[in-house]
Amino acid sequence: MSCAESLRRQSIGWTAPPDFSASSIQSIEPADMPNTPIVILEAQFHHIKALLARLRLDSAARLVVLVDKDGQQIAVHGDLGDLDTTSLASLAAGNVAATGGMAKLIGENEFPTLSHEGEKESIHICVIGRVLLLVVFDDRSSLGLVKLRSKQLLHELAKVFNAIEQDSAAASANSSLPFSGITDEEIDSLFSPA
Amino acid sequence: MTFINYASREINCKIVYYGPGLCGKTTNLQFIYDSTAAQARGKLISLATEADRTLFFDFMPLELGTVRGFKTRFHLYTVPGQVFYEASRKLILKGVDGVVFVADSQEERMDANIESLRNLEENLRAYGYELMKLPYVLQLNKRDLPNVIATGELTSELQRKGEPVIEAVASTGAGVFDTLKAVAKQVLTELRKA
Repeated sequence: MSCAESLRRQSIGWTAPPDFSASSIQSIEPADMPNTPIVILEAQFHHIKALLARLRLDSAARLVVLVDKDGQQIAVHGDLGDLDTTSLASLAAGNVAATGGMAKLIGENEFPTLSHEGEKESIHICVIGRVLLLVVFDDRSSLGLVKLRSKQLLHELAKVFNAIEQDSAAASANSSLPFSGITDEEIDSLFSPA
Repeated sequence: MTFINYASREINCKIVYYGPGLCGKTTNLQFIYDSTAAQARGKLISLATEADRTLFFDFMPLELGTVRGFKTRFHLYTVPGQVFYEASRKLILKGVDGVVFVADSQEERMDANIESLRNLEENLRAYGYELMKLPYVLQLNKRDLPNVIATGELTSELQRKGEPVIEAVASTGAGVFDTLKAVAKQVLTELRKA
């Protein structure tokens, strides 16, 4: 950075944005335990919902969705209408996986943000470790505002997911998952005609 | 990866249908979609080429019922079978809870079955999974065609670990739900061990 640029940034109170790249929050990647279920407790879920509600308001977005990188929808907040958010989550994960594959081919680890701008509706996606923050917005907002507000939320979401990862591993180790004591009869009952 | 949400009382699992090109993976999903009540399933998303070959994946969410107050949802995916879609095929396996290998029973597709099965094992290993430890079902599809290999011979060639082997004709639905049930039961049983 040039000296002039440095001075200009100091004078307008600019601070370097925190590093939200995948490498900086790798602790929430479950590479060493691919089969551990992810458990979200009620309080954690409500915390996530509150964060999404704040982002929706601050960014004047239509909808905010949090999606696992495997395509599972974790939480959603906003104007759903008849939008199929399950399909949206699965396609967003596929989209991020595909662009992540392209990133690796050109020597990048991944592309931490993706934006798709339509005529009326647009989508902005941020990769936060193992989850994706997806914001759907229209002309009442702008890509710049959505990007800024999303970025401001990333650290908080990463913290919540660190806690979720740790709690999930502990729940799994203590056999305190809801299915730990399930019987064969209970499993069979799912497949019996009603 | 299984997702357990205490707030919405949901358990979400991911099942992937794998196999060589034109073996009937999409046909399996299409039959499940056509035969399931609308309230139990979501949309069937198909990312296909103009020639109707799977380009990236097919996806459909399916709700099986409630166990211990938790809704059990299975997210069913297929991979593109054609050899040159290797990069995208691998992406779909991320976070998988159970796999169905759809083998094409026709004599001339035996080599393709073996190659695809080997490819499945390799791609699972890349994510830290072992086929030997994963819920897994072998489906012998297209049993209605005239040039099929005997079941015993196919089984001895393709069975890896004593997994359930199910004969099927996906186009008519024979064996399709038996296959789904066999893999879903293993996934839920696995959760009990978690």
